[in-house]
Amino acid sequence: MSSAIATLEPRAYHLPEEPHLHEGHSTNLGFWMYLMSDCLIFAILFATYAVLGGSYAGGPGPKDLFDLPLVALNTAMLLFSSITYGFAMLAMEKNRVSATQGWLVVTLLFGGAFLFIELYEFSHLIHEGAGPWRSAFLSSFFTLVGTHGLHVTFGSIWLITLMVQVAKNGLIPANKRRLMCLSMFWHFLDVIWIGVFTFVYLMGVLR
Amino acid sequence: MSDAVHPHGHHDDHHEEGSHGSFGSHMIGFGLSVILTAIPFWLVMSGVLHDPQLTGVVIMGFAAVQVVVHMIYFLHMNTRVEGGWSFMAMMLTVVLVVIVLSGSLWVMYHLNANMMPHADMSAMKQMSEMP
Repeated sequence: MSSAIATLEPRAYHLPEEPHLHEGHSTNLGFWMYLMSDCLIFAILFATYAVLGGSYAGGPGPKDLFDLPLVALNTAMLLFSSITYGFAMLAMEKNRVSATQGWLVVTLLFGGAFLFIELYEFSHLIHEGAGPWRSAFLSSFFTLVGTHGLHVTFGSIWLITLMVQVAKNGLIPANKRRLMCLSMFWHFLDVIWIGVFTFVYLMGVLR
Repeated sequence: MSDAVHPHGHHDDHHEEGSHGSFGSHMIGFGLSVILTAIPFWLVMSGVLHDPQLTGVVIMGFAAVQVVVHMIYFLHMNTRVEGGWSFMAMMLTVVLVVIVLSGSLWVMYHLNANMMPHADMSAMKQMSEMP
């Protein structure tokens, strides 16, 4: 069987010479594709909230529930974490390991503060009897904001993982690539949060 | 899409080097973001415009501008990254998001308008109460 194939004239189903692409050359584009598909998940959740956001089922509405100063503080935390991650990337570019690690710690603290405030808000809502089971408005609210919070949680876990990696192996190309991906992920979550605080919180209080 | 038909594929590694921006561009992006976040919060919390609908349109405008600022200064998006493929993917996503959002609102608004006419509901209630 194999000898029969070997006697045939070799047919090239591939490029005669492998293109010399360095490892991870397509990671950025691939990761961007992932972010765009993640964006579609959020688009669907935003659309669900837009449709169901007015169905209070006789329960509390956004005006009764949302605490804008707290949301402003939360927004500030995420924005600060975005700029400190940017500083971590700038330090990484200059191969300064301790500065990179320092900025990553600061980013993690701001991300943690964001999650803490969000969990405080959620627990407060649930204590008031405004849990996701109360109305379609609250179901879609908890799904949308909760999915964003879950992304930040996993981003934070990823951040800790990368800090361990950098501590162990230094700023090798693979670690730089990973930090670049998390950078895109982290800034992307901040972009989604712009939609959340505008469309859910501010528009909700206006309604 | 393979790299064989990807005319700028071999430039990718050059883009990666300078794609993190500078300290200055990060600070510009941060400053703009703070302003573009603070103004909508201020507009809603103080209610200076006295018109919820107008305020809504204005803060949506601010959000759209802030998304673009984040894309440019933090995500370093432009039409040349990865030979333009990132930008193409983003534009496709934008089109899909617009279809999903506007389509859902449009369809569901008309569904609500057609399925739950309150006047007819009360008329039906009266009819059912009739012997």
